[in-house]
Amino acid sequence: MSSSEKRNGRLVIHMVKRDTISRPKEWGIRLIAVALSLVVCAIVIYLITRQNPIEVYSGIINGAIGTSRRTWVTVRESVLLLLIAVGLVPAYRMRFWNIGAEGQILMGGAASAAVMIYLGDKMPAGASLILILVLSMIAGMIWGLIPAIFKARFNTNETLFTLMMNYTAMQLITYFIVYWENPKGSNTVGVINQATKAGWFPKVFGFQYFLNVLIVAVVTVLMTVYMRYTKQGYELAVVGESANTARYAGINVRKVIIRTMMISGAICGLAGAVIVSGASHTISTSTAGGRGFTAIIVAWMSKFNPVTMIIVSVFLVFMQQGSIQIATQFGLNENASDIITGILLFFLIGCEFFVNYSLEIYREGKEG
Amino acid sequence: MNRKFISLAVSAAMAASMFSAAAVQAVDVSEIKVGVIYVGDENEGYTASHMKGIQEMKEALGLSDDQIIEKTQIPEDESCYDAAVDLAESGCNIIFATSFGHESYLFQAAGEYEDIQFAHATGTQAATFAENGSTNVHNYFTAIHEARYVAGVAAGMKLNEMIENGDIKEDEAKIGYVGAFPYAEVKSGFTSFFLGARSICPSATMEVQYTQSWADMAKEQETAKKLISDKCVLISQHADTTGAPSACQELGVPCVGYNIDMSAVAPDVAITSSSNNWGPYYTEAVKSVIDGTELAVDWCKGLEDGSCYVFPVNEKAAAEGTAEKLAETEEKIKSGEIKVFDTSTFTVDGGKTLEDAIAEGGDYAAYADYVADGYFHESEFRSAPAFDLTIDGIDSQE
Repeated sequence: MSSSEKRNGRLVIHMVKRDTISRPKEWGIRLIAVALSLVVCAIVIYLITRQNPIEVYSGIINGAIGTSRRTWVTVRESVLLLLIAVGLVPAYRMRFWNIGAEGQILMGGAASAAVMIYLGDKMPAGASLILILVLSMIAGMIWGLIPAIFKARFNTNETLFTLMMNYTAMQLITYFIVYWENPKGSNTVGVINQATKAGWFPKVFGFQYFLNVLIVAVVTVLMTVYMRYTKQGYELAVVGESANTARYAGINVRKVIIRTMMISGAICGLAGAVIVSGASHTISTSTAGGRGFTAIIVAWMSKFNPVTMIIVSVFLVFMQQGSIQIATQFGLNENASDIITGILLFFLIGCEFFVNYSLEIYREGKEG
Repeated sequence: MNRKFISLAVSAAMAASMFSAAAVQAVDVSEIKVGVIYVGDENEGYTASHMKGIQEMKEALGLSDDQIIEKTQIPEDESCYDAAVDLAESGCNIIFATSFGHESYLFQAAGEYEDIQFAHATGTQAATFAENGSTNVHNYFTAIHEARYVAGVAAGMKLNEMIENGDIKEDEAKIGYVGAFPYAEVKSGFTSFFLGARSICPSATMEVQYTQSWADMAKEQETAKKLISDKCVLISQHADTTGAPSACQELGVPCVGYNIDMSAVAPDVAITSSSNNWGPYYTEAVKSVIDGTELAVDWCKGLEDGSCYVFPVNEKAAAEGTAEKLAETEEKIKSGEIKVFDTSTFTVDGGKTLEDAIAEGGDYAAYADYVADGYFHESEFRSAPAFDLTIDGIDSQE
């Protein structure tokens, strides 16, 4: 070593895994990430569009919560995303890579649509609503059960299996549309029971989407209790950590896999009912609309914490709804908001690294 | 078929009640706000043609930019309802939605905002809603079958030229047609096109294949190639992309387009295109709100009012004298000398005239109210096309 290096020491950059991190520090890092991402977004917006970024941001806020109606749409979409994420939680906790939520939602939606079309006006409103909820859960459950049985019996790859179940569900919907299309030949089902509103979620306390929120709130609470305080919730977490450990502890792994996927599929199926009966009142191959995949981001980013899942769902939907407004107001394509969301997600996911690791820079001197 | 009966009965009732309805409150030009819901954006031909119409209206009436709120890429689901309600709450006096699947959602919003006019392009339900007491719902369409007939004449002339040159025999004059979905809008379109072609080339036949999508570039290209390999010698289309013409350019097969001047992608083979011009409707509709006059529940106008047209003929691809012949045909349609769906020019069900088929009853009976004075009264009872029969000479692969 030369004398100068000895004098100054070497510059050392280390990433050290943190043992613990204080709450304020943890959230401080996330806050810095959000702030940084907003600055980067502002620069990008300005460079590409030459629009004032502050105005674009206020356009996003206006679009998401500018009027009470807009706020309700944001709420409706947020709880929906949350519901699907909640449905995915037990599967992912078990390390069962369920990317078949789209298909499970579609099947649940198809069940609701079928009840609305065939039985909507033949039953009292309350009864048809219960039937819609129950049947959509059963339909979603079956769609989750099939890959689970194959996983449990033959150890098939659930990622491919659930993914392909999505396409099967889409084809089935295409097939149903042939029978349900209105008008004939148009290839769309149109609004089901537009005149009678049979099978639609009723207004509660004057709020159109109150029931949607209520259902999601109940399911979220039940799932949190299930995951944290029940034996079954514990069992599936053990299976997720190590199937062999679970077996050694006397847990019936096959049973746990099948049971957990039935629950996961049923909740996703229920989400189908919330979409079809509670919002769109129609069914098409795009009814799930990619929410089954977005919900994976919600569940993972939140590390399955229900409160964080609420925040993340609201955030993603907020950006999505805001994007409609900036598209209108500034003539920006909706892709503009995808760019913004992408940058925000990059920073938010990236900052988790700094939550888990600390950056240490020091000089390696004689004394060191 | 039942629906057709109902819609007809309803239209008749409407015609009576339409003119007696109370006039709408007038709105000052500087205060009027117009909302538009598009299924796509400026990158997609169908939406672009509506945007052009809105622009034309804006200039004709002297509106400023902030008086027009345009929402792009609104899918055909509850998002359309959300968008319509949002436009209503933003103070729009009249709201348009342009895609077929928007209709139910738009009219759902219409029920909640009775002082605002809601107009839907290509739809069919306004008359029914009006029958049930709605006074603020409207459908509009152009009489595009007129322009398609004219475009068909250009195709017929090209077929004749090919026969005269000895490129094909008389019985080989088969047209290939790339359709989106097998329902009235498309079937009325290709039938009028075919009748135009056959009025010039009597031996013409046609095969129709469907893509099951309004805009799928690759599939339209592939379908055009399939038709050509099926011995079709000229291609036309009712789908929104340049897929079919680009296949034609590649294989050197003449083609007639839709909505866009195809000579950019098929300079050697594209003869002409029929197209909608939505400007006249948007101008008339917004003006009716300004003036406080009644807007038709079902609006449909054609060549005469400039609501549809054919693009200038591409001399490089067209047969000699096409431009003159098209101008002559246009005049005859305007004057009423030519009726596009003249029942003496086609047969159904293996050689029967439409009148005879209706008299025999069965499925054809449902068309009875449309046929009078020797022609099918397309778009007269409601704005959207109603002619969904498959006539002899057309092989529709549904």
